[in-house]
Amino acid sequence: MISSNSKNQGSLKETPGEEIDNLDVENDSTNGLLEYRTPMSDSDHPLSSPFMGKTENPLFLPENGDDPNPNLAKMSDLESTMYTDVSINSYENDVGEGNSSGNVGSVLRSGSWRADYMKITVSNPQKEHEMSSSVVGGNSFMTYLITTETNVVGFGGSEFNVRRRFKDVVGLADRLSECYRGFVIPLRPDKNVVERQVMQKQEFVEQRRAALEKYLRRLAVHPVIKKSEDFKMFLQLEGKLPFGDSARVIIPTEAVKGGRDLLRMFREMKQSVTNDWGSSKLPTREDDKEFLEKTEKLKDIEKQLSNVSDKAESLVKAQQDIGETMGELGLALIKLAKFETEEATCSHQRIRVVDVKRVATAAIKVGRLYRGSNAQTVKHLDTLHDYLGLMLAVQSAFSDRSSALLTLQSVLSELSSLDSKAQKFEAASSKIFGGDKSRIHKISELKETIRVTEDAKTRAVRDYERIKENNRSELERLDKERHEDFLSMLKGFVISQVGYAEKIADVWGKVADETTKFATGAPL
Amino acid sequence: MRRQALDIFVNRIASHPDLQQSEDLKTFLQAEEETMERARSQETGIFKKKPGDLMQIFKDVQSKVSDVVLGKEKPVEESNAEYEKLKHYIFELEDHLAEAQKHAFRLVKRHRELGQSLSDFGKAVKLLGACEGKSLGKAFSDLGTKSEMLSVKLQKEAHNLLMNFEEPLKDYVRAVQSIKATMVERANAFRQQCELAETTKLKEINLDKLMLMRSDKVGEVEIEYKELKADSEEATKRFEIIVRLMSEEIVRFQEQKTLDMGLAFHEFAKGQARLANEIADAWRGLLPKLESCSSLTHESQ
Repeated sequence: MISSNSKNQGSLKETPGEEIDNLDVENDSTNGLLEYRTPMSDSDHPLSSPFMGKTENPLFLPENGDDPNPNLAKMSDLESTMYTDVSINSYENDVGEGNSSGNVGSVLRSGSWRADYMKITVSNPQKEHEMSSSVVGGNSFMTYLITTETNVVGFGGSEFNVRRRFKDVVGLADRLSECYRGFVIPLRPDKNVVERQVMQKQEFVEQRRAALEKYLRRLAVHPVIKKSEDFKMFLQLEGKLPFGDSARVIIPTEAVKGGRDLLRMFREMKQSVTNDWGSSKLPTREDDKEFLEKTEKLKDIEKQLSNVSDKAESLVKAQQDIGETMGELGLALIKLAKFETEEATCSHQRIRVVDVKRVATAAIKVGRLYRGSNAQTVKHLDTLHDYLGLMLAVQSAFSDRSSALLTLQSVLSELSSLDSKAQKFEAASSKIFGGDKSRIHKISELKETIRVTEDAKTRAVRDYERIKENNRSELERLDKERHEDFLSMLKGFVISQVGYAEKIADVWGKVADETTKFATGAPL
Repeated sequence: MRRQALDIFVNRIASHPDLQQSEDLKTFLQAEEETMERARSQETGIFKKKPGDLMQIFKDVQSKVSDVVLGKEKPVEESNAEYEKLKHYIFELEDHLAEAQKHAFRLVKRHRELGQSLSDFGKAVKLLGACEGKSLGKAFSDLGTKSEMLSVKLQKEAHNLLMNFEEPLKDYVRAVQSIKATMVERANAFRQQCELAETTKLKEINLDKLMLMRSDKVGEVEIEYKELKADSEEATKRFEIIVRLMSEEIVRFQEQKTLDMGLAFHEFAKGQARLANEIADAWRGLLPKLESCSSLTHESQ
């Protein structure tokens, strides 16, 4: 089914998508259509609709710095340079706030021109106290303000604000994983086990706020989960939620350390992936060849992705270092220039000072440009981390399948043993004419059990088939989204590299021009 | 030869106004054999540790030299305000230049490291591309290739930076150090001149005294006086030559260094601009390919 969105200028191209069945959510009029995902396309790109063009659509201007990068191929255009400046500046502010949802693709997917637009913001962390009857007094915890702006019909409203604590988020995540078996559900932020003092430190709170926002936004763009009643309740219902954080063992994750430099941020965005593909290899016979092939392929991709992520980290570090050293060189030269100026006794010194200052200023400027470039690199390459994290979610979707298969197989074997038992009874009782009461009773009991088990088998088959289908459609969706997200990432990365390299070339080019006289031997 | 060397060495120490007072020196020159033997066995004073310690005394003398030149000690030195200023300028200049050179060298290293990390990144990206396949795989593979290519350019620029920027900076430092060496010579020459002047003066007074007394030593002392006077004049001349040479050297140094550093800066800026342009070109060249990849993705829907 293709529906056109009359609200928007131009037409959104939509593909004939499959309807993804929801488990326990009633069908809305807008079923989970696979939306058209545009990576940043050139304004003269043949396939992009006019209003997607950067220069025209006002919605493309940085909203809370969401919009990542200019899409014009020739960055040296004045217009594009200006735009680069704008977005570069907003980036430099944003890196500390973590406003963007992490990759271009998902930003676009939550864009405001869609019919089912949902924008979630997490803000305003506050300390609250839990009322407790204990003598020691209640413990305190942080709550966050969750603001949702949406035009989705099912919500019955367009903006809501609720306060939630991290425990509520955990509860939501657990609930979703129970209800959406077989789906690739975005992973919730880690439960960091840290001391009370750290819990309230501003940095930790800020990190957590950003992580929560990212998570909720991801849920909001998942075609199936965004329709979840539990999710809606989480966003809308004031007061206590019906599902809580069941007492689970907290798996200690790495305690949060201080420090906030770019490199550390990049590392932290990487969730520790314990490659546990083995768990999906339960003693079941998986006969779906396509599924097995896909699993293998995903395993390979994960391995390479992890490798790329490592090397990306080193690249970021190297870029950071070169920027730093360039800046330090600049400073050292400034000091030299200042010194020579103070101690100047001859004209040669004064001439030299001019050149020293030129190079020093350029070096400091370039150092800053390297830093800006790196901030962008981190933002773009963060997509790698997103997908690494998603691999874990894929594994859990696969293990849902395995356990469903296991259930089915055990029901089947139980059924067959009950059947053979029934047959034995039948055979035995047919030898006795009339049969005795207890045996007849036993047979009817057995038949009852078999009937119940048959029902169970039907359910198990249905569950398994449904989960299989969820797996399949999710994998397809994942493949497609991954392709598009990675392409966007590459484009974003490349465009930003071009932009900054041009600027750096410009700075040095000027200095080279101004110092040509030394090369040609012209009189000073 | 050893005897000669020791002779020169001991005399140098003895003529140095501060070291003259050293207890160790007095012991060395005066003590009877018995005292020496005791000192040797006790390993005190100049017999501390090993004979290598005479080297230490020598080194101390060297460091005292720079102290002398900088006027950190009391001994005889020029009370020339302009020269003082120059001395401080040279010494501080060396510090500033050394720091700049240190960062320049580090910058070379950073270029190499960035090159290496780009190469590793490129390889990793290519492997990922091989897994992904289709248009995305191709995009990754192209990116990887470009990355590796840029890595080569970075290594090249690192070398260029080393030769045409860091090396001239090092030369600059060396030039400053050579001026410092000349300053030491000048200080020594000055001191010698002063000392000889002093000694000559004393001899003159002595001579006059003897002449008054009509002593028969007059002739002898007169000869000594004439020798000393000649030496003194020679020392003065030597000093003056050094002063003149030094001022010429400074002028030449300033002029030459302006040219040298100007050229080094030019090469530095040129190299960096070239590198940045190459980087921009390389990445820009990828964009049409990435565009076509995304359009393929769209078409396939």
